[in-house]
Amino acid sequence: MAEAMQSINLQAGVPISWYLVLSAVLFSLGVAGFLFRKSIITVFMCIELMLNAVNLSFVAFANQHKQVSGHIFTFFVMVVAAAEAAVGLAIILTVFKNRETLNIDEINSLKN
Amino acid sequence: MEFIIITLIKLAVIAFVLLTALAYIQWVERKVIAHVQVRMGPSRVGPHGLLQPLADVVKLITKEGVMPPHANKFFYLAAPILAVFMALISISVIPFGTEFTVLGHRVMMQLTDLNVGVLFILAVSSMGVYGIALAGWASNNKYSLLGGLRSSAQMISYELPMSLALAAPLLIAGTLSLRGIVDSQAGYNLGFIPKWAIFTGPFPQIFSFIIFMIAAFAETNRIPFDLPEAENELVAGFHVEYSSMSFAAFFMAEYSNMVTVCSVATLLFLGGWHPLWPESMGSNFAAPLILAGAGAICLYHGLNPARPFDRFTLPAFAVIFFGLAGLMAFPPLVPVLTPLFWFLAKLSFLLFVFIWIRATLPRFRYDQLMSFAWKFLFPAALLNLLVTGFLVALVS
Amino acid sequence: MDFLFFFLFAFIAVACAVSVVVQKHPIASALSLVGVMASIAVLYLQLGAEFLAMAQIIVYAGAVMVLFIFVIMLLNAGAESRAGRSYAAQLMGPPLLVALMASLGFAIMRGFPGGGTVKFDSFQGGTAQNIGYALFTDYLLPFEVTSVLILVAILGAIVLARKEMD
Repeated sequence: MAEAMQSINLQAGVPISWYLVLSAVLFSLGVAGFLFRKSIITVFMCIELMLNAVNLSFVAFANQHKQVSGHIFTFFVMVVAAAEAAVGLAIILTVFKNRETLNIDEINSLKN
Repeated sequence: MEFIIITLIKLAVIAFVLLTALAYIQWVERKVIAHVQVRMGPSRVGPHGLLQPLADVVKLITKEGVMPPHANKFFYLAAPILAVFMALISISVIPFGTEFTVLGHRVMMQLTDLNVGVLFILAVSSMGVYGIALAGWASNNKYSLLGGLRSSAQMISYELPMSLALAAPLLIAGTLSLRGIVDSQAGYNLGFIPKWAIFTGPFPQIFSFIIFMIAAFAETNRIPFDLPEAENELVAGFHVEYSSMSFAAFFMAEYSNMVTVCSVATLLFLGGWHPLWPESMGSNFAAPLILAGAGAICLYHGLNPARPFDRFTLPAFAVIFFGLAGLMAFPPLVPVLTPLFWFLAKLSFLLFVFIWIRATLPRFRYDQLMSFAWKFLFPAALLNLLVTGFLVALVS
Repeated sequence: MDFLFFFLFAFIAVACAVSVVVQKHPIASALSLVGVMASIAVLYLQLGAEFLAMAQIIVYAGAVMVLFIFVIMLLNAGAESRAGRSYAAQLMGPPLLVALMASLGFAIMRGFPGGGTVKFDSFQGGTAQNIGYALFTDYLLPFEVTSVLILVAILGAIVLARKEMD
């Protein structure tokens, strides 16, 4: 880390590894939220946060290798995340209709 | 460094002109609607009511801002800021004219020429939904919430036909940059028919234009699609709990959105700043002639005044119009001001169509509105895109 | 200049992400997530992915998050209650999280020491034209499969949500 800090050249641009560290930080924040939160919608939002962090690292690698396939993969991740959000929120609506609660601790049995 | 200074100056000019224009678009709207309804409109505050926007601004600023009880304070205050921010930021990619040189620096009449300019406008207009949804929810009022949700659902539903209708001329122009799209519409077919996207190309984009205008009416919550915010439906919808400057912010956002969508229609379908007939046939004289004509009308009515003070104000306006006509005819300024004039003329025509339709049509019921979007407009836009793509592929 | 933009928007992204995890009310979490997505979009611009930046705002921040906000408003989800949390989790959680982040960061910095740098305009291949070309030639099959996936998702969402909210 110290070598990396010393080798910063202000004209050379931001090192790619910093983008990856940012992606790792966002991902771990998403994991923390996923494990700690109780409301099912917030848990779902932390999943989206994790997906965004992964997208950022894909785009960073696409920049490093100068290929566009990283962008294509990010595009597909975005599309799948949108589809997942739509179906997941529909499921949440159904669960709320049946269980009257959004607390995941109380939705803990298949039988009502 | 000079880039920053030039950009700051452009920013100041565009912001000042835009904010003044927003106030005066409201004056034009009130006058036009009044004359359609055979009455006068604002005529007391200043000559012909021209100081009415100023009076409105003073009233709105000095009014008491009442916050409803148990409203979520942060989001209640953030919603109009968000709405206005998104509405104003989309003006930053709209080109108003060609490049010109001043004091040795080349300046574009545009804040920034993004090479994904059209996508930027679509992105910012999708973010504009947040202001309205938050305003509806944060007011702690059932009617407000329903109006906000309805308005957001309407805006999202009509974004789809709007984007598809925008994609068709993009296929023909081949670029996403707004300046590039206007440049691809330069020139004349047969010597006198302009190569605008609605007249020419493998498939004249008249259907895209109509679909885009209909979707634009719904996106900006204008009549006939203004059920979520009408005064006599749902007690004025999502902005019922807002007063003074927050209310003014929502109105500024609405008019600014109107200016944006009319500008986008002008740039993509009506050829931007290219004149209607070629310069060789004298289109450079259209601007001074129209302005001089307006001056002559003012002078004539000033000499036969209908009201006593018209004897003074109308000739003053005539002098202003003749001055502008002279400015437009000044040879060194002609290549700079004439494209700007044509762009503003087309923009004003589309804004006048918006106001005209507001004065004329009744509003849709909400379920009619949504089924119109999903069952008619979206398939029509898809079909239009398919036909355009097929013809473009056939031709090239 | 690149450093300034990177630090500014990375700071905004991390602050909004912390806000997503920490806020009690779901609407505040949702709006913080919109902030995260917007700052990630700016970082994409810096990485040369201009089409992807606009697509992120149009799709993620402009559609998916609006859907989240709709559902939160429809379900009238209130602020979470703080009851029933174990003290052990509250005490051990944040330090373990920081340890996870630090170890990930350390592993990354050790694994990519050189790696290349990012400036504006260092990668010009992210234009709409390049992405369109790649999508329709190399990645045509995944593209078509994804369209079928979206269709199935739309049908699923309509069937699931149809009879419930009346």
